[in-house]
Amino acid sequence: MDLRLTDEQDQLVDAFAALYAKHATGDRLREVEPLGFDPVLWDLLRDQGVLEMAVDPAHGGWGASPLDLVLIAEQHGRRVAPAPLIEAQVAARLLARLGGDWLEPVLSGERLVTLALHPAEDGRARGVPAGAVADDALVWTGDQLLLMPLEGIRSPFENIGSLPLADVAMVDGEVLADGPEAEAAVEAALDDWLLLTAAALVGIGARSLEVGVEYVKERVAFDVPIGSFQAISHRLADSAAALDGARLLTYEAAWAAEDEPDRARELTALAFAMAGETARDASYRSLHFHGGYGFMLEYDIQLYWRRARAWSNVWAEPAAGYRRAADARYGRR
Amino acid sequence: MDFRLGSDAETLREDVRAFLDEVLPDDVAERIYRSGVSHDAAFVQALIEQGWFAGAWPTEVGGGGLDPTAVMVIAEELSKRDAPTNGSGVSLMVAKTLLKFGTDAMRRDIVPSVLRGETVCVLGFSEPEAGSDVANAKTRAVRDGDEWVINGSKMFTTNAQIGDYVYLLTRTDPDVPKHKGLTTFLVPLDHPGVEVQAVYTLSGERTNITYYHEVRIPDSARIGEVNDGWRVLTASLMDEQAASFAAWIVRLLDEAEQWAEETGRIDEPGVRERLGRVAAEAEVALLLRRRCTWMDDNGVARNVEGPMSKLYSSEAITRAAQDLFDLMGPDGARSYLDPSSPRGGTLDYLLRFSLGTTIYAGTSEVQRSIIAQRGLGLPR
Repeated sequence: MDLRLTDEQDQLVDAFAALYAKHATGDRLREVEPLGFDPVLWDLLRDQGVLEMAVDPAHGGWGASPLDLVLIAEQHGRRVAPAPLIEAQVAARLLARLGGDWLEPVLSGERLVTLALHPAEDGRARGVPAGAVADDALVWTGDQLLLMPLEGIRSPFENIGSLPLADVAMVDGEVLADGPEAEAAVEAALDDWLLLTAAALVGIGARSLEVGVEYVKERVAFDVPIGSFQAISHRLADSAAALDGARLLTYEAAWAAEDEPDRARELTALAFAMAGETARDASYRSLHFHGGYGFMLEYDIQLYWRRARAWSNVWAEPAAGYRRAADARYGRR
Repeated sequence: MDFRLGSDAETLREDVRAFLDEVLPDDVAERIYRSGVSHDAAFVQALIEQGWFAGAWPTEVGGGGLDPTAVMVIAEELSKRDAPTNGSGVSLMVAKTLLKFGTDAMRRDIVPSVLRGETVCVLGFSEPEAGSDVANAKTRAVRDGDEWVINGSKMFTTNAQIGDYVYLLTRTDPDVPKHKGLTTFLVPLDHPGVEVQAVYTLSGERTNITYYHEVRIPDSARIGEVNDGWRVLTASLMDEQAASFAAWIVRLLDEAEQWAEETGRIDEPGVRERLGRVAAEAEVALLLRRRCTWMDDNGVARNVEGPMSKLYSSEAITRAAQDLFDLMGPDGARSYLDPSSPRGGTLDYLLRFSLGTTIYAGTSEVQRSIIAQRGLGLPR
């Protein structure tokens, strides 16, 4: 067992932590609401090579490990960054799995491609993440994987997490793949999305906890800092333990993606569920312990509370991860 | 990062399982459970033969010289089978304290005897009026020449009815702040004035209340300096491997999964969700425990990783046992070891067992305070 990050991974974390701290500030987040897309930040992230990292060298990428991507996603979540990092990376990986020439305009920055997390139904792909800002979406119809240019067929909608979501009315897109192999590639893409979103949710939870801890150390009531009250400190301690656990589980799932593929799907789904519930609880507690200030838009904790709920539910409630894990564990019936 | 424990550890795990199949067959396990005593002399001898009894101890002092990972793997497997290890665990902890703070005679005679499985020591910290606030102990030790006279009572002195010595926390100076007036002793349990009274618990384990009436012992029974008992006691507790109930959660999940397979209910999405949640909790509990082991193995100082392992795993097993008990409905309510009970009534047992986990070895409230203060830096 080895829980140490490599020196390169430490540097990666430091570099992205610094980038996000500088560019994904609370003020900037508010400026780009309600759409939730900061083109300046997105250009900076692409300059750092976030798309190349996600793709293996055989397809023109740099071949970062799943754990590397998880570490970046965690930093992304810590600043609830308004950029379609995860969707773009996952879509690029899906295109790489399929082979073909579709990846080239993605890596060159010409096209921003996202993916629908659920199969299209009744001619619609609902709630496509980054659908409001991407150029194209990969949509699974149940037997075909289509690449749909989004211009003219998308309907963005406002949402609790200020995410650039859109419903997409299906037209005839380009068929990239079909059959069981395509379905397997789509399932693998969902695993990727769940893994990176789990990491982002760990980041949201961890930062929420820090914000709450800072507040209750400073805030005085009844002549003492409120962090000395067990009614407060014990709930935060529960979150601290759960967050460490969710983070370890997410790292383990990332490790399993390469080193224990038989368990990877199960661990990934468990990590998503655990991270989602933990981020939800940590942001709730932190907001609540701000008292009335937590309810005010001026305080940053509301930014975290809203996104902790939205980022997981773009796919499904966190507990859906337990069902997906059980399907991997016991087989689908 | 690498989450594998390594091939040595997995080989050892198989060895421990095979060993348990042999020395702890169902009828022996049932006899031990029904006795209410988590200690069995024959089992201890078998462990000693394998070199797994004092596995963590260096070989120079008679231990197994095993690394923290090996010790953890053995503990995980013993826990899954409910092997009778409470008596040995406590005895070894006391012996370790004697090595550090005991007299030459204690080190020469008692420690080797513990390592041979011939001497059982029990803890005398808690009192009827002092549990989590253990420094508030009222049991008095008063000096009388070269002797001490002890009066008081101790709660949860588990195994005192079969044990040889009690590691006793006493108040030797009532006039100073409570942490500064404590002294520890090693008192023979067959000493005149020591009375052991049985206390029966929900998990089926028997514990005791012990009374000390004019117990006159020589100064040579003292462990550590006079009024330095708090330091001795905290050193004893610090040395412990991180507590974890992860292995019990794994067992709980295993039983519930088999029940769900046998009844066909495993096909229901709602059942799958509940089992999936327990699978996540089991994995997280294992990881929090393994992180401590990895730190120990690599000489990384722990801060609140131990308390997190204890808090998370005990709260998780308490929640999971209740949920899976509910899932099984009438099947879960049938008693442990009753011939009519599905899965041998294990859910009934683990539900009752889980209640103690958030209480002993530091309540969840104590663990949360440690995490809040030492981990998060919140004020006292």
